Amino acid sequence: MAAAEDLSGKPQPVSAERTPKPKSSGWLARIAPGVRNLVARRADTPENLWVKDPDTGDMIYRPDLEAALWVTPAGRHMRIGTELRFRYTFDGGQFEAIKPPAVVDDPLGFVDQKPYTERLAASRKANGSQDAVAIGYGRIRDIPAVVFVQDFAFMGGSLGMAAGEGFICAAETAVKRGAPLVAFTAAGGARMQEGALSLMQMARTTLAIQDLKRARLPYIVVLTDPTTGGVTASYAMLGDVHLAEPGALIGFAGPRVIEQTIRETLPPGFQRSEYLLEKGMVDRVVPRPELPETLSQILGVLMMGRELQRGRLQTA
Amino acid sequence: MSAARQYLEFERPIAEVEAKIEELSRLSESAGPGAFDAEIASLRGKVEQLRREAYAHLDPWQKTQVARHPERPHFVDYVAELVEDFVELRGDRKFADDASIIGGLGRFRGLPVVVIGHEKGHDTTTRLQHNFGMGRPEGYRKAVRLMDLAEQFAIPVVTFVDTAGAYPGVGAEERGQGEAIARSTERGLTLGSPMVATITGEGGSGGALALAAANKVLILEHSIYSVISPEAGSSILFRDRAQAPHMAAAMKITAQDLIGFGIVDRIVPEPPGGAHSDRAAAIAAVGDAVEEELRALLPLTPDELRRQRAERFYAIGRSGAALAQLKKAKR
Repeated sequence: MAAAEDLSGKPQPVSAERTPKPKSSGWLARIAPGVRNLVARRADTPENLWVKDPDTGDMIYRPDLEAALWVTPAGRHMRIGTELRFRYTFDGGQFEAIKPPAVVDDPLGFVDQKPYTERLAASRKANGSQDAVAIGYGRIRDIPAVVFVQDFAFMGGSLGMAAGEGFICAAETAVKRGAPLVAFTAAGGARMQEGALSLMQMARTTLAIQDLKRARLPYIVVLTDPTTGGVTASYAMLGDVHLAEPGALIGFAGPRVIEQTIRETLPPGFQRSEYLLEKGMVDRVVPRPELPETLSQILGVLMMGRELQRGRLQTA
Repeated sequence: MSAARQYLEFERPIAEVEAKIEELSRLSESAGPGAFDAEIASLRGKVEQLRREAYAHLDPWQKTQVARHPERPHFVDYVAELVEDFVELRGDRKFADDASIIGGLGRFRGLPVVVIGHEKGHDTTTRLQHNFGMGRPEGYRKAVRLMDLAEQFAIPVVTFVDTAGAYPGVGAEERGQGEAIARSTERGLTLGSPMVATITGEGGSGGALALAAANKVLILEHSIYSVISPEAGSSILFRDRAQAPHMAAAMKITAQDLIGFGIVDRIVPEPPGGAHSDRAAAIAAVGDAVEEELRALLPLTPDELRRQRAERFYAIGRSGAALAQLKKAKR
């Protein structure tokens, strides 16, 4: 949260102005308002048929965008939530959802312009999830893996106690099941509303990574837009392998903070995935549709080492 | 020091009385020695009382200012007083030396130590030289290197934390600031040697944690430890830096708040007017506390040390009942 800035990439369903109003809403609302709410939320309602391209301003036909895994014709990898991420990552979109552990809400009794409890409640309602992270277990091109996903839409994906415990739980699950961990990071940083308790998550998640190391299980980070602040200064930069989606903003300090410090405009492409690739901080920039294949290639080889060590691999 | 003495906003009443004392001292030079002795003594007593009262009831924002007080003892002061035969070791062996984080070898109360800490500097020249204590990747990588050295030779690590945060600059980002901080935190957590960290001033975010992933984390009475500076937090949540005092209180950044959460293990009391009012006493108190904690860790094996650290950090925030109780008490 500390460095959350660029919100432009979020999928924004456009208002109904340019699309016809659903004619059926009247009768359905009269009969069963609850049912209408369900229907309205469905992706194929006319209101959601067009999505504005954040770069060109053009309207993109939503089914086309979905078929392209929310990558615009210009190549921008739009931010996606946990559900889509699981669907795009696991074979056949099939996975076992693992519930992140419950944590104490609002440990500090924090109030800024609004109480933190209200912000939490609003985010929960808007996102339909308890906090910013989700955990899934399934197969990526046949390789069993635990996948940890951060959702920027939930309070900037911020790392608080819930996300920290979620990460620890994901790592523990991976160790328990002898599976690798893949973490899709997306966060503005630490959750300020939890004070130093959020700072401590940087150390706690780092500890969880050591458990994976001891078990010789691969830990792959996929950096997605944006990954900044305390997340970058902890588990996002401690992977055995770092992949990044194209064009993702990745950094410790947010660009605005840096500009204010040095009072200069930043070079184009600064802190983007390709820049980090050039600077040696990520191994590969991988387009979204290619991620499962790349992940399975890497995981396949890394997991074979365990087999070799156990003498289980039959050499021909 | 009294001539160049810097007063904080809340110390204004103290400053006024001290100015009076100085005036009387000057007058007594012309009026003959001892002319105002009684008055001066009584004013000194008043200063003492005012200072005691002010420092007994500092609010979180006042503590923030005390924690940043330019005359507060810094890393170089602690090393000069507490570490014998200090040999500074420089450079990260990869790119450069970052003087915002200093480290080296020495003897602390008879124990061999690797000592590492942030140094803010005490005047314009040294502040620039030490980049105001804001570490760059090379500083954190040097810390990793020195922790490696400590482990290699089974030497304890003592750190002093005092930073507004890691430096937000183009070069720092280019050279992997996030990765450098993460590795330094990781190195502390995995260290096979005892490690004791003391937050002596400002514990600013990841840049502080990178040197505080220790077996025991001590904090001076008026030091702060926070996820983001009150000013930066205020500018994000309120779009206005002026709400910093509110943020300082809301984020629970004081030693007294943090100990309840288990984020720090021990509060080192400061002299009645803060560490800057009696630097020698403050430094000695830190030395005593660090020594005691360090000696208690010496019997532990490398694995036991790692386990203790893991348990310490994993336990933070896990006790829901304790948190709920704290929250209630704070309101």
